[in-house]
Amino acid sequence: MQAEAQVTLDHESKALLSQARTQFSASPALVSGTTTSETGMWVVVAAISMSFAAFTSSMIVRQGSSADWLHFHLPRVLYVNTLILLASSLTLELTRRRIIAIPATLRHSSADAGTLLSNGIYWLYVTGALGLIFILGQFLAWRNLAAQGLYLATNPSSSFFYVFTALHGVHLLGGIGGLAYVLRKLTGSKTDSAMHVRSFGAFSIYWHFMDILWVYLLLLLAMRM
Amino acid sequence: MQETSLQAVHQHAPPTSFIRKHVFSLDHKVIGKQYYGLALVAVFVGMILSWLMRIHLAWPTWPIPGLDKLSAVGAPAGVMTPEYYLSLMTMHGTIMVFFVLTNAPFAAFGNYFLPIQIGAEDMAFPRFNMMSFWTTFTAFLVMVAAFFVSDGPPISGWTAYAPLSAIGKDAGPGLAMGQNLWAISIAIFCVGSLLGALNFIATTLDLRTKGMSLSRMPYSTWAWFVTAVISLLAFAVLLPACILLILDRTAGTSFFIASGLVLSDHLQPHSGGSTLLWQHLFWFFGHPEVYIAILPSIGIVATILPVFARKPLLGPRATIGCMIAIGFLSYMVWGHHMFVSGMNPFSANLFSVPTLFITIPATILTLLLSATVYGAKMRFHTPALFCLGFISVFISGGVSGFFLAQPSLDVYLHATYFVVAHFHFVMAVASIFGVFAATYFWFPKMFGRMMNDTLGKWHFWLTFIGVYCIFMPMHYLGLAGNVRRYSAFVDDYLIPLIPVHKFITIAALATGAAQFIFLFNLIWSRFKGPIAPENPWEATSLEWSTTSPPPFDNFGGRHMVVYQGPNEFGVEGSANDYVMQTSPEKIVSR
Repeated sequence: MQAEAQVTLDHESKALLSQARTQFSASPALVSGTTTSETGMWVVVAAISMSFAAFTSSMIVRQGSSADWLHFHLPRVLYVNTLILLASSLTLELTRRRIIAIPATLRHSSADAGTLLSNGIYWLYVTGALGLIFILGQFLAWRNLAAQGLYLATNPSSSFFYVFTALHGVHLLGGIGGLAYVLRKLTGSKTDSAMHVRSFGAFSIYWHFMDILWVYLLLLLAMRM
Repeated sequence: MQETSLQAVHQHAPPTSFIRKHVFSLDHKVIGKQYYGLALVAVFVGMILSWLMRIHLAWPTWPIPGLDKLSAVGAPAGVMTPEYYLSLMTMHGTIMVFFVLTNAPFAAFGNYFLPIQIGAEDMAFPRFNMMSFWTTFTAFLVMVAAFFVSDGPPISGWTAYAPLSAIGKDAGPGLAMGQNLWAISIAIFCVGSLLGALNFIATTLDLRTKGMSLSRMPYSTWAWFVTAVISLLAFAVLLPACILLILDRTAGTSFFIASGLVLSDHLQPHSGGSTLLWQHLFWFFGHPEVYIAILPSIGIVATILPVFARKPLLGPRATIGCMIAIGFLSYMVWGHHMFVSGMNPFSANLFSVPTLFITIPATILTLLLSATVYGAKMRFHTPALFCLGFISVFISGGVSGFFLAQPSLDVYLHATYFVVAHFHFVMAVASIFGVFAATYFWFPKMFGRMMNDTLGKWHFWLTFIGVYCIFMPMHYLGLAGNVRRYSAFVDDYLIPLIPVHKFITIAALATGAAQFIFLFNLIWSRFKGPIAPENPWEATSLEWSTTSPPPFDNFGGRHMVVYQGPNEFGVEGSANDYVMQTSPEKIVSR
């Protein structure tokens, strides 16, 4: 059994460590509790959930109000897309594990912190790429529907299909914008980089929510369309 | 939570340029004043619209000078067509409900005072805050633009019921571009409100200073917080409704439009939609919306009344509980706007019962406010007068709600002036009285000068008597069967009611004129009013522990520590008859 070795830090590491302590005490999220950005993001999640609930009940009412609902098969690409989005949540978690580990690593070596950060950023890029592929997949789904002659106004079922997928897509694009913002913070100046993980916590809530929302929409559309 | 509070202020340093200080400002105090300014402009626009309507109702053939300039089609030779009357009514309702009643008590005063009352240096997300104001401002511009399109504003009411609002040009004047602008404006307004609500909630939860537990927050802060939660969930439903409406109007979908409608000799190409769906979506938003309009005023009155009664608010926990209960119940009652819409009459009971339930917390609040002043040595300054007036008009308006809550009575009273009387009393009068009370109370803090109390008292009494003259007779009109939204009274049973309408019109014009006393007082005091001390009213909450007006970071670098609740008035055994929230004085007896 070994007691924890006394580490003598060089000047640069000391500075980084004390900064980490200040900033991370202000961002206890990664250890416990939530930051203001995360509280705000939960509020955003509540609002967006409410909006999609409104659209859901609109669809249910509309379907029941008239006998003109045309059922159609969901394009297969939607299922592939779901897997892509789930994968992006996975890669996001890979990013998180690395970024969370940074403050602990600072005790030992800032080089380790650097590796963790660049690994984390790599996985974040992958997450963003998967998100963009998802959007592309949605466009393919739309093209598929158009090829069958199903447009926005063709039938209430297609109307709701386009409305749901378009709005989810718009929100996901917003999420990709948020991802770009987080990337900018993380790849910023050296003192900032490991520290700007506040925005990362909030961003990951949003991204995972987009994933869960999509799974919900897929189930809804699969059951009703 | 100290560190997270520091985060907020370190996001922005004091601005230097004029644009950054007064136009695109991140400072919640400037944003609050901007919202107030917007609401002030909007209320005068809305009031002028109501004058035009009232003048037409009293003297239908008298040409109104200048009206033909506003719309040659809608008011040829200054006499408005029935359709133009409906246009003015639509814009009056929309502008008043959205741009006045949602803005002034909530966005304006809430933005200014919520952070200060909890001891924070700014809102949680200052950039979103700035965006929320400019989004709302844009929405206002788009809305006003509807006056200037060729067809004029929409005629479908602030409620914009489908299919009238969903069909388009064929359905009537103002329903082409005018309705499009309306829908787009409201959609933009939703975004602005959502951003604002986000800020209020995050700030209240996360940025309270040391010692400021939730139970020590002033009642106005509680009201803004509950209102923000309601607002978030309600506007999140209105936005989808507007999106579906815009799609029906522009993309040929049929969410709200049923089949077989022939309008203006055209068979409409839509089919299968549900007209009731719009009503459900709209009123699911619409009912919480009216509580968004009234709750901040209730919180404001609960904050101000003890200051002038020099007695603590009776039942502070019950007050907070009732506000939360009203917020919760407000989501269960929307169908009481739809009793005669053709929905299942049994479902009417499902909505009637919670509607009657909601009168319970509202009544408790009213009784607590009234009991607070019982036996008080009242300081009758203008804010106190408006608070007492609030209690009066809230009761007057609330009582008519009991009747409307019952489907059997509503079958008769729906769409009559009885409903108009009810909602004007609770919204237009009670809520606005809360805004007036807040203005006179917080003006010294915001601008460092006192408003003139004599002018304030004139303003109060003329307004108080005036609104009773305007809206009390409307109950009688409603019971007599006077249908609302009519621009002329040609049925023989309505003709004997015309003198009542004339009386109301004269009262409306006079009361409107009295508001210029307020406007003059506001502007004159801003520049020439006597300098205000830090705590002119001897109140307890945190805003009175800083300078008038507060410095950029609200407390001049101090991190405020709170020891008391906001309710320590009439305290015996202390140097004054009140104890401020920041005072560590131990209160032994009362």
